[in-house]
Amino acid sequence: MPDDQHVFARVPLLPVPVYAGFPSPGEDYTEPPLNVHDLVVAHPLSTYFIRVSGHSMRGACIHAGDVIAVDRALTASHRKIVVVRVGQNLLLKRVQVQQRKIFLHTDPPELPAIELKQQHDMEIWGVVTYCIQRVR
Amino acid sequence: MLSNNDGCIVALSSEAKKLGLKRGQPFFKHQEIIRTHSVQVYSSNYSLYQEMSARVMKVLGQFSPKIEIYSIDEAWLELADLAIDDLTEFGRTIKARVLQYTGIPVRVAIASTKCLSKIACELVKDDQQYGDVLDLTAFTSQQLDEALARVAIEDVWGVGPKYACFLRNYGIDTARDLRDADERWIRKYLTVVGARIQAELKGTACLPLEVKRPPRQQIICAKSFGREITGLADLEEAVSTYTARVAEKLREQDSLAGRLSVFLRTNAFDTDSEQYANEFTIDLPHPTAFTPALIRQALAGLRAIYREGYRYKKAGVALSKITPLPVVQTDLFGEVSLYEHYRQARLMAIVDAINRVFGRDTLVFAVQGIARDWRMRQSMLSQRFTTRWDEILTI
Repeated sequence: MPDDQHVFARVPLLPVPVYAGFPSPGEDYTEPPLNVHDLVVAHPLSTYFIRVSGHSMRGACIHAGDVIAVDRALTASHRKIVVVRVGQNLLLKRVQVQQRKIFLHTDPPELPAIELKQQHDMEIWGVVTYCIQRVR
Repeated sequence: MLSNNDGCIVALSSEAKKLGLKRGQPFFKHQEIIRTHSVQVYSSNYSLYQEMSARVMKVLGQFSPKIEIYSIDEAWLELADLAIDDLTEFGRTIKARVLQYTGIPVRVAIASTKCLSKIACELVKDDQQYGDVLDLTAFTSQQLDEALARVAIEDVWGVGPKYACFLRNYGIDTARDLRDADERWIRKYLTVVGARIQAELKGTACLPLEVKRPPRQQIICAKSFGREITGLADLEEAVSTYTARVAEKLREQDSLAGRLSVFLRTNAFDTDSEQYANEFTIDLPHPTAFTPALIRQALAGLRAIYREGYRYKKAGVALSKITPLPVVQTDLFGEVSLYEHYRQARLMAIVDAINRVFGRDTLVFAVQGIARDWRMRQSMLSQRFTTRWDEILTI
């Protein structure tokens, strides 16, 4: 059985390469690499990812299969793309404010617009902040 | 929502309650109601609950630097240092933000002590007029008296069923009775524990927030199987798997265990089959957190209590005599040298790190088995919306 002095030979290696010659002049300036999450998710506690299935928002360059980041901490406004809850369903729409009324459109506006009314069982679920799209 | 293995009802909506379903009842007894009223039934989706709970707790953490996370769905916030004028308004802000960020409705109960805030929680739950937010400190002493008189002694936080029974014998039936009881009498018969509860009911905080959770003194992993097991081989897989899990939790809190217990039992609901249950406790030769050593002991224990011919439904492993890591005793016969100890600790640290980064069970011990078809059933699992890319919501 090895004696205890071997313990020191078994201390974990440093996670950074140690140069045998000159130490790297950049060593003190090491930064973590870029992380896409930091770019896409401003509010981690209120952001959710949702996959899009239809083409009704292609005017906003959102296509089937894309993953959108939806932030519930943001307040919707004119022209924003939002996820709306209507009853049990979630829908992807663009907000249009017209004469103090709020309408929800597809883009291009092929389907009839929905008017957002509080007394109906509907609400803005979250505001779309990013669309992650695989380029083909 | 169903418990592990889809066995019992553990949570239900008010609509489901109205149909006569109750918490704790076995699921299979209510197939009729569930079918005719198309009740939505789900298995426990712990990955989702854990992640959503973490979000809620972090939102709460934005409101006060001092937070005690009490359980998956309960937390205390210290507001005393924050000089808030309108506590009810503050509570409404908390509720609104949690709802906005997570979609989860919460209740906020504010009081001068933990015990009173628990009571406020019950009040706010039972009375719609509060709108889920109640500041008990705004009550007049008369209102408070009335409120405390409505809380049964069993429902006072910290009063166990035994003490409640004892207190009722002496005519202490409500929280108010306990608060106004003779202090010396309470201290004499309910010890310092009872005295603290009484003081808390009077508004003197005695139970500070446990911002940092003390290390656990016992770590248990006990689960029922997805099907009944008869053979020793399957039981060995299960016991090894549970042991690996408790060992991992043990290392998470930087501790070593000095004692290990294994237990197993047949299905108590299956009254036609013969019943058997047993437990085996082993004092380990030296405290350890090394999974292979713990598995070896657990399997030895299992083999000692295993009897052929029974249909086993549940097994479990418990670690106790837990000590913090630095106190390593090299044993008299030199079986663990310091070198050996470091080698084991390093190996476990690497296994834990890989499982943390690449997901649970990336590295397992071969005795834990591969197929593990005895694992718990979650046949009505909802999607893990926030933790798996292939399970996110589609619209």
